[in-house]
Amino acid sequence: MKLAYWMYAGPAHIGTSRVASSFRNVHAVMHAPLGDDYFNVMRSMSERERDFTPVTASIADRHVLARGSQEKVANNMNRKDEEQRPDPIVLTPTCTSSTLQEDLQNLVNRALISSMSDVIFADVNHYRVNEFQAADRTSEQTVRHYVNKAIERGASNRSVTNAPSANIIGMSTSGFHAQHDCRELKRLLQGLGILVNQIIPEGASLKDSKDLPRAWSNTVPHREAGPMTAIFSKKEFGMPHVSITPAGPLDAADFIGRIEGYINAWASVLSEKGVDYEPYVVNQTRFVSQAAWFSRTIDCQNPTGKEAVVSGDATHAVSITKILVKEMGIRVRRSGTHRRHDTEWFNEQIQGLCDEILVTENHTEVGDATARVEPSAIFGTQTERHTGKRINIPCGVIPSPVHIQNFPLGYRPLLGYEGANQIADSVYNSFNPGMEDYPSDVSGGHDTKGVVTKLSSNKEDLKWTTESQLELSKIPGFVRGKIKRKTEVFAKQNNISEITIDVMYAARESFSP
Amino acid sequence: MKTIDTAFECETGSYHTFCPISCVAWLYQKIEDSFFLVIGTKTRGYFLQNALGVTIFAEPRYAMAELEEADISAQLNDREESKEICIQIRRDRNPSVIIWIGTCTTEIIKMDLEGMASKLEREIGIPIIVARANGSDYAFTQGEDTALAAMVHRCPVIDMAISKNEVCMGDCDNSYKSKDQSQIKTYKLETHNLVLFGSLPSNVASQPNSEPKHQNICVTGWLPSHRYAELPSLGEGIYVCGVNPFLSRTATILMRRRKCRLIGAPFPIGPDGTRAWMERICDVLGMKPKGLKEKEEQIWKNLSKYIKIIGGKSVFSMGDNLLEISLARFSVRCGMIVYEIGIPYLDKRYQAAELSLLKTTCEVMNIPMPRIVEKPDNYNQVQRMHELEPDLAFTGMAHANPLEARGIDTKWSVEFTFAQIHGFANAADVLESVTRPLMRNPGSIPSWKNLSKQEPLHC
Repeated sequence: MKLAYWMYAGPAHIGTSRVASSFRNVHAVMHAPLGDDYFNVMRSMSERERDFTPVTASIADRHVLARGSQEKVANNMNRKDEEQRPDPIVLTPTCTSSTLQEDLQNLVNRALISSMSDVIFADVNHYRVNEFQAADRTSEQTVRHYVNKAIERGASNRSVTNAPSANIIGMSTSGFHAQHDCRELKRLLQGLGILVNQIIPEGASLKDSKDLPRAWSNTVPHREAGPMTAIFSKKEFGMPHVSITPAGPLDAADFIGRIEGYINAWASVLSEKGVDYEPYVVNQTRFVSQAAWFSRTIDCQNPTGKEAVVSGDATHAVSITKILVKEMGIRVRRSGTHRRHDTEWFNEQIQGLCDEILVTENHTEVGDATARVEPSAIFGTQTERHTGKRINIPCGVIPSPVHIQNFPLGYRPLLGYEGANQIADSVYNSFNPGMEDYPSDVSGGHDTKGVVTKLSSNKEDLKWTTESQLELSKIPGFVRGKIKRKTEVFAKQNNISEITIDVMYAARESFSP
Repeated sequence: MKTIDTAFECETGSYHTFCPISCVAWLYQKIEDSFFLVIGTKTRGYFLQNALGVTIFAEPRYAMAELEEADISAQLNDREESKEICIQIRRDRNPSVIIWIGTCTTEIIKMDLEGMASKLEREIGIPIIVARANGSDYAFTQGEDTALAAMVHRCPVIDMAISKNEVCMGDCDNSYKSKDQSQIKTYKLETHNLVLFGSLPSNVASQPNSEPKHQNICVTGWLPSHRYAELPSLGEGIYVCGVNPFLSRTATILMRRRKCRLIGAPFPIGPDGTRAWMERICDVLGMKPKGLKEKEEQIWKNLSKYIKIIGGKSVFSMGDNLLEISLARFSVRCGMIVYEIGIPYLDKRYQAAELSLLKTTCEVMNIPMPRIVEKPDNYNQVQRMHELEPDLAFTGMAHANPLEARGIDTKWSVEFTFAQIHGFANAADVLESVTRPLMRNPGSIPSWKNLSKQEPLHC
């Protein structure tokens, strides 16, 4: 048992539902108690989805607990088959079915006999994998099912397309700005003269899986969903994949370079002319994207050298850290992720870019670490945004989990050259309020707020006298916390229990160079 | 108790609603010194953190005891595990009571929550109440029912011989105390020991509180109370009355275990409901109702601008929070035509008075009695809606946007659970909320009516 107030990643069946409802004409039947179909609310509300979410629950009520779910689940699958004729029905287990340990695979086998639709049992265990791992697994499982079927029927088409082409893998519903990223990535590939063969799972029809191997290569922009599908097609068809996230001009260039390599490898096989994307990259970086220019403007001198902390899913945390450090000259004090099972990759990517790495699923730990560092800006999830509110530090929200305001209607990609513009805006705007704070506080200030402790787990037992508190309140807000903390450290070192104005001055002297 | 002879239907129970653990969202705010611990898996935690949105960041007094694989397979000792967590809660928050919310998982693995709680309570010195608000047995608001039912056992016992008058005086509003002696005497003579049950926001609770006061009836207590220590005294001779239609379990426990006398009344939702509720209480307590008719008429007068909008409009209620019968009755009285009342669970005894008021209202308004569908099937309901084309649908958020895209105006039903809908004064708020979707787009362009990417009303 674990005491938990907040979690960064959802349960496994959310991942499966996300993938299933992204494909075209796939229906997920969830084996779950009443109320567990909350995914439908999220999809309908956050994404403002206009169509019914193709996820139904086969309700596991008291009778099911007593009698077993066989009959009910089978009936529900048959019913969905008749009502909607989905390509496959994906039977989705939840924590309840993982606990009941029923033989759902057997049900699937039986349903296959009677139903017109295909039936797939999502092979995810609630207690072993989380939302992202499940999404990755389900995507691979469904694609593999249909690819294998095509191979069996001899329908699989392995002849590569005439023009260079690529698949985009890992774009799914509820992904952070995924719709926009998908569009931007398509635009990027089109700009390079590369055909988009298939996008998986968003909007893909599984009937087209036979044509999956026709692409020259796969692109997997998000680590959270897609790598397994790419690895499968590498094993099965020898398809290479680019797993660089093209966020920010530098990584976009790397991404394009890698694709160029794969295309030229094929081109030489097909004895066609190779491609050179260098001019495209240079043009985009210099003129289309404003990000590179922006980092040279005097505006960007303001944030330069400022301190930030980053946390989020592995993909976004890494990309943002790279952009902050390499492109904007911001010092990243701490970068972290909640993707514990991706620690190794994360460390490798972030090596040398930040002072400290924090891999944890505990939001209090992240919040306390942020309060200790006291950066000028935070880049994190909704949780970190609220930490920022509490300790009065601006925050840019980068990855999921997010609220409805992070499903914008306007075009807001994070990938590609337009994405670089968006990120630059977001970073600059996050720092700006912190700067605005500066003049108002310095000029005497209208800020009469009391001094707050910023750590959420407060174990301080030091006493501040009224005079010293008053003195502290005169210090500008953005350094006040830091001075308070340093003074307290000084007091502790010198065994002082009451902080007077004199102690404050002594502390200041001891810390000045 | 009499039940009503109306046709009730029952479908498959494949409908969308909130998990009953969502009751912690409003109960932790109501009971100020409580801490709610939901014992279950990530699925429950994920639901809570998403459903409750921003409250999660306001350091709420609830948390998950997240079960891991080792708990399920009993490699860990659940008593030791839960003890450690409760000690942690005591250290950080120091609540007066910890309420354990059992979930489907604790049901499946048959965790003996009640047994554990009673032992642990003694060890850590904080009362622990167990409510099994799980999705295998209950829907949405029924979570509150299980929690209140569990709380009944903790209410102090009343000794009628000593406290006949004192109890009332002790708990009554201070304004009575300041009045002169003679008035208090008459007041005492007319008083009865009435405890209301159902959690209402405090500013709403003052409404049903003051109504009885106008009738010289003193409400001696509320279940739940603001603080755990202030739970009302119960016992033989205490009259109890529910303010919400989903509290049948609590009513049963109050009658059977604490020998209270239940006043079966319609619920104080809408001016008609509020008046009927009050009249029924007066009736049982042998008081003559004063000025209720005039008051109701006044409220209807104030509502006329809303009634102009909704009069003659049709509504289809999909059903997810058990408030449906009362809301339908109020809607009919406002001149709406109700096609269908979906409802997760219908206790025909507890809701008898409400059902019969619905029937009378339909007769008075000359509108056919709506069909009442227990445990509805959302897919079938959407098909029926396709045929009926109602002007408005009361529905959960999973269906609201897709229905809107198909040209059906919706009012998301969860709002009724969280908004203030009780008493005379809040009737306007209910209608404000119901008329909003109808007011929104008076001149919508017909060709834009369907914004779905699929065929119309295909689930």
